[in-house]
Amino acid sequence: MEDAVAAAALILASSLRLSVPLIFACLAGLWSERAGIFDIGLEGKMLVAAFAAAAAADASGSAVVGLAAGIAASLCFALAHGFASIEARGNQIVSGAAINMLAAGLTAAVGNAWYGQGGRTPQLTLPASRFGDLAWPGAEALRGVPVVGPLYANLVSGHDVLTYLALAAVPLTAFVLYRTRFGLRLRATGENPAAVDTAGVSVRGIRYAAVVIAGVLCGFAGTYLSVGQAAGFLTGMTAGKGFIALAALVFAKWRPWPSLATCLLFGFLDAAAIRLQGTVVPGLGEVPVQAIQALPYILTVVLLAGFIGRAVPPKAGGIPYTKER
Amino acid sequence: MSTARALPAWADIVLVPLLSVATAFLAGGLVLGAIGVDPWNALRELVGGSLGSGEGLGFTLYYATDFIFTGLAVALAFHAGLFNIGAEGQAYLGGLGCALVCLHGGGLPGWVVIPLGIGAAALFGAAWAYVPAVLQARRGSHIVITTIMFNFMASTLMAYVLVNVMRPTGDMQAESAAFPPSAIVPSAQAVLAAVGIAAPTTPLNLSFLLALACAVAVWVLVWRTRIGYEIRTVGQNPHAAVYGGISPARVTVLAMALSGALAGGVAVNEIMGVQGRLLLDFTSGYGFVGIAVALMGRGHPLGVVLASFLFGMLYQGGAELAFDEPKATRDMIVVVQGLVVFFAGALEGLFRRGLARLFQARLRPGDTGETGVPARVAEPGGEMP
Repeated sequence: MEDAVAAAALILASSLRLSVPLIFACLAGLWSERAGIFDIGLEGKMLVAAFAAAAAADASGSAVVGLAAGIAASLCFALAHGFASIEARGNQIVSGAAINMLAAGLTAAVGNAWYGQGGRTPQLTLPASRFGDLAWPGAEALRGVPVVGPLYANLVSGHDVLTYLALAAVPLTAFVLYRTRFGLRLRATGENPAAVDTAGVSVRGIRYAAVVIAGVLCGFAGTYLSVGQAAGFLTGMTAGKGFIALAALVFAKWRPWPSLATCLLFGFLDAAAIRLQGTVVPGLGEVPVQAIQALPYILTVVLLAGFIGRAVPPKAGGIPYTKER
Repeated sequence: MSTARALPAWADIVLVPLLSVATAFLAGGLVLGAIGVDPWNALRELVGGSLGSGEGLGFTLYYATDFIFTGLAVALAFHAGLFNIGAEGQAYLGGLGCALVCLHGGGLPGWVVIPLGIGAAALFGAAWAYVPAVLQARRGSHIVITTIMFNFMASTLMAYVLVNVMRPTGDMQAESAAFPPSAIVPSAQAVLAAVGIAAPTTPLNLSFLLALACAVAVWVLVWRTRIGYEIRTVGQNPHAAVYGGISPARVTVLAMALSGALAGGVAVNEIMGVQGRLLLDFTSGYGFVGIAVALMGRGHPLGVVLASFLFGMLYQGGAELAFDEPKATRDMIVVVQGLVVFFAGALEGLFRRGLARLFQARLRPGDTGETGVPARVAEPGGEMP
């Protein structure tokens, strides 16, 4: 029993850690797409943020400077996407695909030119250059207490500040989106931009704001990968997480709280796949880890097909808005 | 394209892509300069490395073969108003089709097993595109999202199949057994040697001719057949298509299946032409190059072939460049690819409108000169009427 609780606490903690980048990226996609800007470039923005954050944290020795650089880099890409989608009225899918390619190429090419380690950034060895785990008061003292102890020590306490920020970003997003004037306007922009325009609100302004918020959130996601979870940047370290976040967004039907639940679920699947690697289940043989890894994608397609509820994207998503003249 | 201003046809077909691609390469040059590589020297190396020798040219055409297949795949879907991001996964599954035929049809002579392998590659590629197509056509599932998901599913499925099913026992590498020699598509030097021409050893093989034949076939299909007319009509305006008695659902499924079949051609070139066995990740992102190629070639098969050749030069010349200039790694190709997609794809309207303003004084009303990718591509919701 004791062991089972401790093991459960560990796997849940590892699920939580794996879902943090998904939560940030999924919320980024949510902000962007609810305003009518499709964003398949989450992956790319996370990747540049991860690279910039690791490079800046290495140069400055400060994780916070790393975070600032990560956000700045992600913002540049977000604004490029915004410019193409809003100003140039270009195809948002094409622009997003371009963002992903650019990020993959640039981080590897620049990383190799700067550090000459095959695209890697130097290992972040200084404690201050990474976001360390925060121990909550009494975590160590309570560790011995049955059931509550391990859950408190491993699951509630003992994560870095970005993890708690990710969890805080969900209610914040829900509040701003559903309880403020800005949120209402943003959602309306994604459904019926002409109506927003008629009301005298700038569709352009709202959409740029949404793109910027998405950029900032992707900056957090990327920074978490290279400066929180790992100690440095590796080429292609996002490894499709941006697309999992996109899948989570669809799965959550573009809503904040279900986004959190889906990201936690997908994080749990990831943790389970890692844990089950190579284990043999009696009667079944070795667990096909690939099946668990593919589950988020399969679930999303099944949902999109309308077999478990219906996922309807914001109505004006992907359509450039042209103000009538 | 509600805001399409008039632009002379030649400017639309030649000037717009030329300008946007030139801007992309200029930006690529700036990136090279920023990381401490002389862009002019890099350009010289790139052209020299890709065209300067028979060997370089062979490699260039071999890469171009892959890009023609994926570029045609993306372009054909464009014409039906669909954005197929899944060429990568479709090509990957095509490899499975080839491998099954080649491994199990070992005793058959080449002239039987090779066409069968090509057919299987096309069939498997088409099948992998068929599911997202049907979901789009019948249930309105956004094809961009589903094809992205299918790319990842393809990669997990193939990893499973290669590691657990097709890997010969005792083999450490996650790859299939080698194909019998009869299942290998003849290489260019073997064919040229047969007619008495000595050519250097390159991976170039007869799949290149298949790719060119596919380009011609796509041109005939899109512009000279009834189905092509239906595809273009649905791409331009599915609602109008319904009034014309065309079923957008049927066209969607057909166009995507053909698109997937074309993507399967990558497997013919790589698996049956060069590797002679099924490998992990043999598609190495060529499906995404197809997006760049299709946008740069403006959806026209001739444009796709020319753009593929340019990207072939980039891949081969880039490899040579990386040899001499360790700072200019092959990742620079991905940067240029991204820039091309950004400037020739996402910002294409900006270039067109800018040029239109310049030309405005001399235009005639009604002369829209529109030839490019339908504006409806990847429109959300994807609801078919």
